[in-house]
Amino acid sequence: MNVAKGTNPETQLAMTAPPTNPPDASLLIISKIAKSFGKKPVLRDISLSVAEGEFLTILGESGSGKTTLLRIIAGFENADAGEILMAGENLIRLPPCKRRVNTVFQQYALFPHLSVSENVGYGLRVANLSKAEIRTRVDEALAMVKMGAYANSKPSKISGGQQQRVALARALVNRPRLLLLDEPLSALDASLRRDMQQELKSLQREIGISFVFVTHDQEEAMVMSDRIALLRQGELEQVASPRDIYNHPATSYTAQFIGHTNLLRADVKDGIARCGLLSWPVNLADGPAVFSVRPENIRDVTDARSDAISFRGKVLNQAFHGATDLLRVQANDGLIFVIRLASGKGLSSESEFVFSASDAVAVRDSAQPNVEREG
Amino acid sequence: MFSRAYKVAITVPPLLWVIALLLLPYALLLCYSFWSVSAQQEIIHAWNLDNYRQLFRVHVYLQTLFRSMWIAARVMIFSLLLGYPLAYFLSFHAGRRKDFLYQLVIIPLWVSYLVRAYAWKTILGSDGVLNTLLQYVHLTRHPAEFLLYSPFAVVLTLTHIYTPFAILPIFASLEHIPRNLIEASHDLGASSWQTFLRVVLPLSLPGVLAGATFAFVLSLGDFLAPLLLGGPSGIMISNIVVSLFGAAYNWPLGAAISLCMLVLILGLLFLSESLEKKWAFR
Repeated sequence: MNVAKGTNPETQLAMTAPPTNPPDASLLIISKIAKSFGKKPVLRDISLSVAEGEFLTILGESGSGKTTLLRIIAGFENADAGEILMAGENLIRLPPCKRRVNTVFQQYALFPHLSVSENVGYGLRVANLSKAEIRTRVDEALAMVKMGAYANSKPSKISGGQQQRVALARALVNRPRLLLLDEPLSALDASLRRDMQQELKSLQREIGISFVFVTHDQEEAMVMSDRIALLRQGELEQVASPRDIYNHPATSYTAQFIGHTNLLRADVKDGIARCGLLSWPVNLADGPAVFSVRPENIRDVTDARSDAISFRGKVLNQAFHGATDLLRVQANDGLIFVIRLASGKGLSSESEFVFSASDAVAVRDSAQPNVEREG
Repeated sequence: MFSRAYKVAITVPPLLWVIALLLLPYALLLCYSFWSVSAQQEIIHAWNLDNYRQLFRVHVYLQTLFRSMWIAARVMIFSLLLGYPLAYFLSFHAGRRKDFLYQLVIIPLWVSYLVRAYAWKTILGSDGVLNTLLQYVHLTRHPAEFLLYSPFAVVLTLTHIYTPFAILPIFASLEHIPRNLIEASHDLGASSWQTFLRVVLPLSLPGVLAGATFAFVLSLGDFLAPLLLGGPSGIMISNIVVSLFGAAYNWPLGAAISLCMLVLILGLLFLSESLEKKWAFR
């Protein structure tokens, strides 16, 4: 099966034209990066660009190679092949200390023997700046992350969220052109994490430098990013804006990884896709095809539209998720659907459901387990 | 939570051990240091401070104590100078050979102290390996006499013997430095040298202090190396204690010197521990 990048029109579009920037504003161009640890390939043929001022998220499961890619950009790992250009300069041969890139580490990596302000001033001190300038810039940076009151504390005396802010200030005070963030929020608890997501995003808009953010959390990626680069087993699965990647997943893996979905394996013949008892018109060549239908695009029959495809099914269970309920429904032909409806709708145990043909998005099969079949 | 019998069973043996083998001997030593010896070589059990007065009045005791401290200080410095680079290499650059090289550091500790001291005697003696070599290459015409039976020989031997004791705590403290701190330092623009001076060295200071304490304290109390290799000019304080408890038969004075040494070393250990606490950053 062909999963090589660049064959998908959406991916190409997104790579060369991020939504907010013209294509020539690329700050970082990663081309054909490959890396193996021993005989195990961890990255294969990665090409990706980051625009000036863009918030790009590298999203992937653990073991997908996302941290390795970040470490190659920072210079902590050498790539086996490929190039990284930043503002026209090839970074590959430069040691980390010569790259105008700073990193926020997963465990913050604050120096335990230095105070908060000494930590933040570290990069400026090794660059031999004057005491007065270091002081001004450190104060500025600490004010920016609202940590001015803790300037003289040791890192061990402040909370995880505060250490996070200090790590951010320590990186930003050097005015890098690109900030790399390696799962910086993963050690924080849920509510603090949501606050920090907002804060980090607005900070990035404010200072306008490019962020490359690594996470395994698809919700985090959706909330924060201008674009998401989804990495799967060392290869780029799709690069697109959160909205695009959600509404037009290129592959069945993307569709499943980002949000919930229903994957329908259908056969296309003469412009009609058939899956079990369902059929709908498509504009595809004959042969097998996979379609993704988001749970919220399946409705109960009361608000059906004209191009609706309907099916009857038994409600297996109904889980309360606040504003919505998530239903598991078994259609008469045995297919299991996940359906998201407005909360509190009383449904009889067997009901009629509909979705429109335009919400069944054709995706490339990533050979992943998909629609469950019962019996 | 634990039964009474269990508590008794686990506390009594160590308690007996401490009382019989530590507290009683120290108490006895303390008593002896306030007694004296008659002309007929009998212990007089009358309390007085004569031994302590003598210790500070007779020149040779303090002089030997200071010489011992000076020898111990040199051993400490050389052990650190030799041990730190090796520990650093082991921790950061030895790669897959780390365990093997670590064992090489440990193995000399299994070899008898006496064997190692005698080895230096054969190397440094006037018919020794070193002198033979020097004459063979015509660097000297006669055997160099200063090599053996000198403070130099003592410092050399003790450095050889106690350097592993400096390496091990330094290595342990280097191993405990999270590697992402070093990456963070490079990321912030620091060179390898700056990273060493600003991050690695300060974070390894507790280990350096522990290593320095080991080397100094162990050397200060040593008596075999000066006995075998020191000659008259390389006598250390422990040699005096040994002779006072032996041939000189003046246990009370020997006890007084021993107690002074004990207080000195406890003071050093206390100082080292409080500094180590101050420098431990977590």
